[in-house]
Order: sequence, then C-alpha cells, then structure tokens
Amino acid sequence: MIELLKGFMNGLFQPAIALTLTIVLVSALYKFRRVVTQNKLVASLVVASPLLFFFVSAFDENFWIQFKRPDNIPIAAMMFLVVFFTWFALKLAVDNDDRIRDGRPPKEAEPEEEEKVFVWPDLVYSELLCLLLVSILLVVWSILIPAPLEEPANPQLTPNPSKAPWYFLGLQEILVYFDPWLAGVIIPTFIVIGLMAIPYLDTNPKGNGYYTFEERRSEIFLFQFGFIVLWVFLVFEGTFLRGPNWNFYGPYEFWDPHKLVPLTNVQLSEFIWARWLGIGLPSFWLVREFFGIVLMLVYFIALPVWLASSFLRKYFEQMGLFRYVIFSHLLLWMVLIPIKMYLRWTVNLKYFVAIPEFLFNI
Amino acid sequence: MSWLGNLKEKVGTPSQWYSDFTRTPVWKSIFRHKLPNDPKNRALVVLTNVFLHLHPVRMRKQGLRVSYTWCMGGISFFLFLSLTVTGILLMFYYRPTAQHAYPDMLDLMESASLGIMREMHRWGAHLMIITVWLHMLRVFLTGSYKPPREFNWVVGVLLLVLTLLFSFTGYLLPWDQLAMWAVTVGSNMARATPMMGAEGPGMQLMQLGDVPLITAGSDVRFVLLAGRFVGEGALLRFYVLHCLGIPFIFVILLAVHFWRVRRDGGISGPGKGGKLAL
Ligand code: HEM
Repeated sequence: MIELLKGFMNGLFQPAIALTLTIVLVSALYKFRRVVTQNKLVASLVVASPLLFFFVSAFDENFWIQFKRPDNIPIAAMMFLVVFFTWFALKLAVDNDDRIRDGRPPKEAEPEEEEKVFVWPDLVYSELLCLLLVSILLVVWSILIPAPLEEPANPQLTPNPSKAPWYFLGLQEILVYFDPWLAGVIIPTFIVIGLMAIPYLDTNPKGNGYYTFEERRSEIFLFQFGFIVLWVFLVFEGTFLRGPNWNFYGPYEFWDPHKLVPLTNVQLSEFIWARWLGIGLPSFWLVREFFGIVLMLVYFIALPVWLASSFLRKYFEQMGLFRYVIFSHLLLWMVLIPIKMYLRWTVNLKYFVAIPEFLFNI
Repeated sequence: MSWLGNLKEKVGTPSQWYSDFTRTPVWKSIFRHKLPNDPKNRALVVLTNVFLHLHPVRMRKQGLRVSYTWCMGGISFFLFLSLTVTGILLMFYYRPTAQHAYPDMLDLMESASLGIMREMHRWGAHLMIITVWLHMLRVFLTGSYKPPREFNWVVGVLLLVLTLLFSFTGYLLPWDQLAMWAVTVGSNMARATPMMGAEGPGMQLMQLGDVPLITAGSDVRFVLLAGRFVGEGALLRFYVLHCLGIPFIFVILLAVHFWRVRRDGGISGPGKGGKLAL
C-alpha cells in the first residue's frame, strides 16, 4: 500500500506533471482565494502542506538521504516560507478587497494607521526583537547542524551530479531545455532587466501601498508565475528531484547512477524535412533552418503585433508603443520557457533553430 | 549602627549611581539628550545618533506593522551585518591558496574556539538569500515599487544580484569538491556568452584577420576565473571579490537604498505618493 502510494507520488513529481500541478495550484490559490483565506481548515492545510510533505517524506529513506544534506535544509524552509507568505499576503489582500468593495478604505488607510508614532521606542523596539529572534534562530541552527565539508577540491574527479549553488538550480534546470547561451546568459540577464523594468512597465496606479489582489490581478499573477513556478519550483526540482546525470528521480526513488533515460531529442528541422516532407536535411544552414527561423520571427515579431490588437490590447493602449514592445518581449521570453519544456516532454523537441555552425541554438 | 546608615547614604542606590553617572562630562559628551521618555528627547535620540539616524523621528503607525513589512528588509540587513562580523572572524583563519584553503577549513572546524563561526556564516548566507527574495515579494505585493519608489526598486534588484554574487563567490572558498564543482558548473555558462565567450554564438565574428580574438584563453570566463579552469587564480579572485569588491559596492547601494526609503516618504502607504484608488 505504502509502496503504491510512493510510486504514485514519484509519478506525480515527474517534471511535466509537477510543473502543471504547480501552475494549477497557484491559479487555484488565487481563484479560490476566499475559501483559501477564510475557511480555517483549508487555510491550515495550505499553509501546512509543505511542512506536511517534508515531515511525512522524511520517513522514506531515499528522501531522507537528500533531505538531510545540511545545505538542503534552508530550501525546505524556503518552501514553507514562500507558501506561508504568499498565503498571508493573499489573506490581507482579500480583506482589503472586501473593504474596498464595501466602499471603505483598505485597512492600511484607516485613520489610526495614519497616526504618527515615535520611532523611538516603537520601531527600535520591534527591530531589536526581530534581531534577537533571528540571532537565536541562527545560533541554534548553527549549533545543531554543522556546515558540510566534502573531500578536498580535485579537478580530476567530477562528482555526479555536479550541481550549481542551490539558488541557481532553476537556471541549471532551464539548461536542459535551452542552450547555455540562453539558459546561462540571456535568460538571467532578461530576468534582471525584467525585474528592474517592473516599475516602469506597470502603469496601473492602483494598489500602491496596500495589499490587494482584485485591483492588480494580472500583475500579481504574472509575478507569482515567475517567482513561484519558474523560480522557486525549479529550485525545488533541481535540488530534490535531479540526481546523477541530471536525470529525474522521484522524491522516494533511490538515486541510482546507472538509471538509463533514452535520449531521443529531435530538432525542428529534422521533424519538418525528414519526417514530414520525407526528403533529407538540406546541407545549407539557412535552408535547413528556414522553418525554425520563420517560426521564431513569427513568435517574437508577428505575435506581439497580433496580441496588441487582441489579448493585450488593454496593455498596449495603457502602455504606449515603446513600453509595450519591451513588455511583450519580456513576457514572450518568460512564456517560452514553459512552452519549450512542454514541447520537450511531449514531442522530444530539442531546438527550434539549431545552427551549430555558429553555436546558435534556440 | 549609625556609621552603616552613613555609609549607605554615601554609597547611594543604583538609580542614584545612574543619575550621577549621566551627569559626568564623559556621559554628556557621548549622549546629547536626556532619557528618551518625552517627545523632545525621543526626537533627539534619533537625530543625534548616526545609526538611529537611518530612521525618521516619527513615522506612520502602519509602516510599523510587521504584518505589512514582514520586517524582511530589516532582517536582510541584520543578516548582512552578522555575516560581516562572522566573515571578519573567518578571515583570521583562512588563506586563499590552493595549498592552505582546505586545511584551514579543517583547522577552523576542529580547533578554533567558538566553533560555530563557519556555520553562522553559511546558514546566515542561505537565510539572507531567502529573506531578500521574500522582501522583494512583499514590496511587489504591496505595490511599493510604484511612484515615487520606482528607482528604489531598481536599487533593490541590484542588491539582490549582489547578494547572489556574494554567495556564489563565497561558495568556492572552502575549496572542497562541492565548492569547486558548483563554481565550475556556474562559470561554464560564461563560456557561452554571445560574442564574448569561446563557445558563444557570434564568437567567429570576433576576428582580426585570421586571428580569433575570443578563445578559451581570452574570453569572459577566463577573466572571471583567471585561468581556463577553476584553479588557484580563481580562488584568489573570488576571495578578493567576496571579501572586498562586492561588499564595497553593496554598502554603497545599501546606503542609497536606505536613503531613498526615507526620501521617498518612508514605508509606503495608501495615503502617500500613490493616489488612493477608491
Ligand atoms: C540586500 C538586500 C536588501 C536589504 C538589506 C533591503 C533593506 C530594506 C529595508 C530595511 C527597507 C525598509 C522597509 C522594510 O524593511 O521592508 C527596504 C525597503 C524597500 N526595499 Fe529593500 N532591501 C534589500 C533588497 C531589496 C530588493 C531585492 C528589492 C526589490 C527588488 C527592494 C526594494 C525595496 C523597496 C521598493 C523598498 C521601499 C518599500 C516601502 O516603502 O514600502 N529591496 N529595503
């Protein structure tokens, strides 16, 4: 029975299913926000779910091997904190949304909140308290769990798996689906630029200085999609579900370094020229990659134009041309990540455009 | 027993000692205000102290609420301070050379007294990354990046990047397998930088006649690692960046960040800056 359950869970954490589930859960959290924040039972279940998962899983010996690595403990803690604070902010947002709907100001705008208080002692006091609590946590943690030190560095001996530091594991996961120049350079650059651009792209004047969801639905959902799905979830996956050779291992699966995973990835050009048209690959790269290049041009140039007159029309009108161009491109890059993942999982697509002659693959 | 009563009178009580002490020239030269229990002295205590001076004298009650700020910015800052202190202590014991780095770590763990400095530094660093992410999350969810705080958000993003770089450069220093290979995986990415990495798209364009400008011995990865692989050159480079280079920029940005929090009107709130949308 337990074995069956573990097998089921292992299947559930298969990247394709787990990513889909994460998207569904985040959407459901926001969709059913009233139930999630106001029904005590549901609320406790949501907030406790990461704790529950780690606690129950720790009884499995294979999971325990990964969980007990000292460097993985903060990641487990992070899963809990991210869920808790997402939920907590949502609760404050729902309360405020209800108030606003009744024609009252958000809680942050109540006259008593506007009241001025002295920084000494009120703020200094809470700062001191925070400082004490964090110090205690840090000292206790440091006494209980020694920092790891492995064998001395040896350039001849590559460990398997070789993992980047944990906070970059999302990028290492993206590396499975994208060439290093994209996963390691372009995408991180776009993440940083994209984050910095947020205040200049978001033209919605509402929701400044108080928690709300209904006044900024799409902005919040978009941000959380990037943060929870494409960052935190991928860090979790890279830490607990990727073993030797960066193969996928279920949470309760033993990390067997000999696990064989068939590699049958196919380029878009091979799909088209060899499988569909039934003629071989043309030798000249421009002809060979013609369809892929056109596809990318359509995706990055025609699609934003079309979106401006359909789904994103509201944004286009609010933002103006310049902002819209930047926004739509950042958005398309972000969405390309899950698109590429799903294409890999379903039809084993390797690259849309593969020009090894120029080390250029998308 | 009148001599005892006399003595008591002469010695005084602790509260008398305290009030006597606050009247000495030494005390008065340090603290320019009386006990901060009235408005005037509560203002003075903040205004005359360089550390407290980061704060305003008075603030809106709402900015005080832990439910609003989660205190995450403050905790990140505190972790930064604690990392600085433990980091300085670690520097006493650590030499960034291939010969000494690893044995120094062993020594540190086995024979240094107060032996949790390494732990406090490592766990504090992990924790700081998490708290900075959560701080960003709360700033986003309260819309605090909206006018007039746009630029402070940008400064914040830079602080986030530097926090990650702090941790990444520090990851190499123990010079064990974990360190070397994590940094190898990370820095291999630089190889693929367009136009600037030896295996990046467009590197073929970077030629002078027949001479390629970008090779494994001259690309960005080489600059980062001071070599073709993660070796002693990289160790020294990462050490200097970790202990000196990044902190230097970080502290400057931190000053800007805090300054702007105040200049932009303190912790955000519905009444301030943003139009209250009702
Ligand atoms: C090392 C990292 C950081 C430190 C030590 C830090 C520290 C702080 C502190 C102490 C505050 C005061 C309010 C609070 O505690 O929430 C604050 C506010 C703020 N921070 Fe940060 N911060 C950091 C990173 C960031 C990041 C990554 C962002 C955004 C991407 C950011 C954006 C802001 C903004 C916009 C405010 C003003 C918020 C308001 O007025 O409500 N900061 N920061």
